[in-house]
Amino acid sequence: MAGISIRAVEKAYGAVRVVHGIDLEIAHEEFVVLVGPSGCGKSTTLRMIAGLEDISGGDVWIGQTRVNDLPPRKRNISMVFQNYALYPHMNVRDNLGFGLRIAGQSPQVVTERVNEAAGILGLSELLDRTPAELSGGQRQRVAMGRAIVRHPDAFLFDEPLSNLDAKLRGQMRAEIKKLHQKVRTTVVYVTHDQVEAMTLADRIVVMRDGHIEQVGTPMQVFNHPVNTFVATFIGSPPMNLLPAVIHEGQVLLRDGSLVPVPARLRAKTHEGQDVVLGIRPDDICPVGHGLGETDEGTDIALTVDLAEPLGMESLIYTSIAGQEVQAKLYGPRIVQASETLSFRLALDRAHLFDAATTRSLDVL
Amino acid sequence: MSRTAIPVRTADRPLPRPPLKKRAQAFGLWLLTFLLMVIMCVPGLWVVLSAFRPNREILAKPPIWVPETLTLNNFAKIFGIGQDQVAIPVLAYFSNSLIIALTSTVIALIIGMSGGYAFARYRFRFKGGIFLGLMLFRAVPGIALSLPIFMVWSRLGLIDAKLGLIIVYISLNVPFTIWLIDGFFRQIPMSLSEAAQVDGCTRWQAFWKIEFPLARSGIAAAGVFAFLTSWNEYALASQLTRSTDSKTLPVGLMDFTAQFTIDWAGMCAMAVIIIVPALIMTFLVQKHLIAGLTFGGVKG
Repeated sequence: MAGISIRAVEKAYGAVRVVHGIDLEIAHEEFVVLVGPSGCGKSTTLRMIAGLEDISGGDVWIGQTRVNDLPPRKRNISMVFQNYALYPHMNVRDNLGFGLRIAGQSPQVVTERVNEAAGILGLSELLDRTPAELSGGQRQRVAMGRAIVRHPDAFLFDEPLSNLDAKLRGQMRAEIKKLHQKVRTTVVYVTHDQVEAMTLADRIVVMRDGHIEQVGTPMQVFNHPVNTFVATFIGSPPMNLLPAVIHEGQVLLRDGSLVPVPARLRAKTHEGQDVVLGIRPDDICPVGHGLGETDEGTDIALTVDLAEPLGMESLIYTSIAGQEVQAKLYGPRIVQASETLSFRLALDRAHLFDAATTRSLDVL
Repeated sequence: MSRTAIPVRTADRPLPRPPLKKRAQAFGLWLLTFLLMVIMCVPGLWVVLSAFRPNREILAKPPIWVPETLTLNNFAKIFGIGQDQVAIPVLAYFSNSLIIALTSTVIALIIGMSGGYAFARYRFRFKGGIFLGLMLFRAVPGIALSLPIFMVWSRLGLIDAKLGLIIVYISLNVPFTIWLIDGFFRQIPMSLSEAAQVDGCTRWQAFWKIEFPLARSGIAAAGVFAFLTSWNEYALASQLTRSTDSKTLPVGLMDFTAQFTIDWAGMCAMAVIIIVPALIMTFLVQKHLIAGLTFGGVKG
């Protein structure tokens, strides 16, 4: 059993603090994804867990051991690096077996484990090749193989797919998911790609500027973002945000149009309150072309500025209250620019955020 | 209506020749390269050729361009074989050169590796200033330091001692080896060493098992350059050496000059003896200088 416990962990380079006392409990066998924009401290946090960065404050526990002062080799973790970090002067077999040989395992055990990992990852045919003779996807698999041969307590992945093309990224994403299902080890995975976070994670940790903004399952984070940052970071295209004021129990948009306050939030608003109405593109659809019925909808006539057909759906650029918003149209329907359509806003799935704090009224 | 014929390239039709201007440019470039190579190589070739010719042919006027006789007598003479002997202790000079060049190279490499690794991998105070200082030190011509070195060495009793020359060559070579090796370590991604540490290595093991083998070509190149600098150096060696205990081959060349004569043939033969190890070293390192060893281990 080896979960990971991060308690009030801080990282500072001189006077510059990049991680501000974060707390996170990762359960045994859990797949946790740290996600956030560049410079949010996610990779630094991962490197502190690995022991590649000193911890400026707080504690990191792996299983029952406080590892703050342990070097990487004593933490029984494996790491897959963004650039794979395969040893170029060794073939795949030696790359896979390197950690075991360093640990003093017998050649027989090394061979067994290397063959086992190669079997899991489909590398058996490539064992005698050097990294230079492998494709990007194969290198990535070797890097994962090197991580699993040692049967570590936890796998750490540092943006492992960011160097692959879009198609290969999709394939490797599925392989990582399958691998986790096979080996059932605790995983901490860092990415800036919210699609990877949504598809891989048991729980997502959204970070910004060295703080954790929200921790939750992918659907919790997607459906119940705690603030506008999470709302716009998770989900593609991002959530539309419209500044507004509460007026006579309705949301008064900048152009004077009124939209009903979502029913679940009525008790949490008050007259004159500055808010931001958040609504995802999937929840603004031309009538009859949405994903499904909505419990609570309001119709609004909008003029199409631009339509991007994507096959079974189209992304529509329009504007509400003078602000550009994105909407979705599902099903076969060709839309022309400057066409005016009646759109339905699914208000039961809309959000209101406090304009001053950017916090969701759902959590206030 | 006029029609323009579009040239169609078929499998059996050869590619059209490049236009005249391009061919003229290519020829011009070839000629320039050839001339430069001639300027660089002819003096060396002349020395090698002279080493195998008798003195009268070397000094003939007008010069004899194509050798009429080739002989090994010049080598036999300086090694004391045969009837004509030149009283020059070539073997002693050779062993002095070898000891001084090898020792100073090995020490310069050890310091260069440590320094180069430190500059490439660690952050420390005054790093930029120290590096700049080292490079500036290398920019000072060695001969400019000869008088102060001579004075200090004479006080320390290091004149006419191999150790004296070894120290001088180490200090000449260290900035260069640090600079070159630093560059090679910088090319090796940090993540390789980090991966090795996560895989169970100590920092020291990660260095020897991963980073050192990858920087080996750079270290070998630095070693050869350091060796050649020490092997060929004349100016400082001529000041700091006196006897067969410490004189190196380049200084020994001056033994062929007498008050009224210069034994060009013997001198050229000894020059060949100096050139050969340098050439062998260069050929040996050529294989190590193939860059791109790190390609493939990281993203690509």
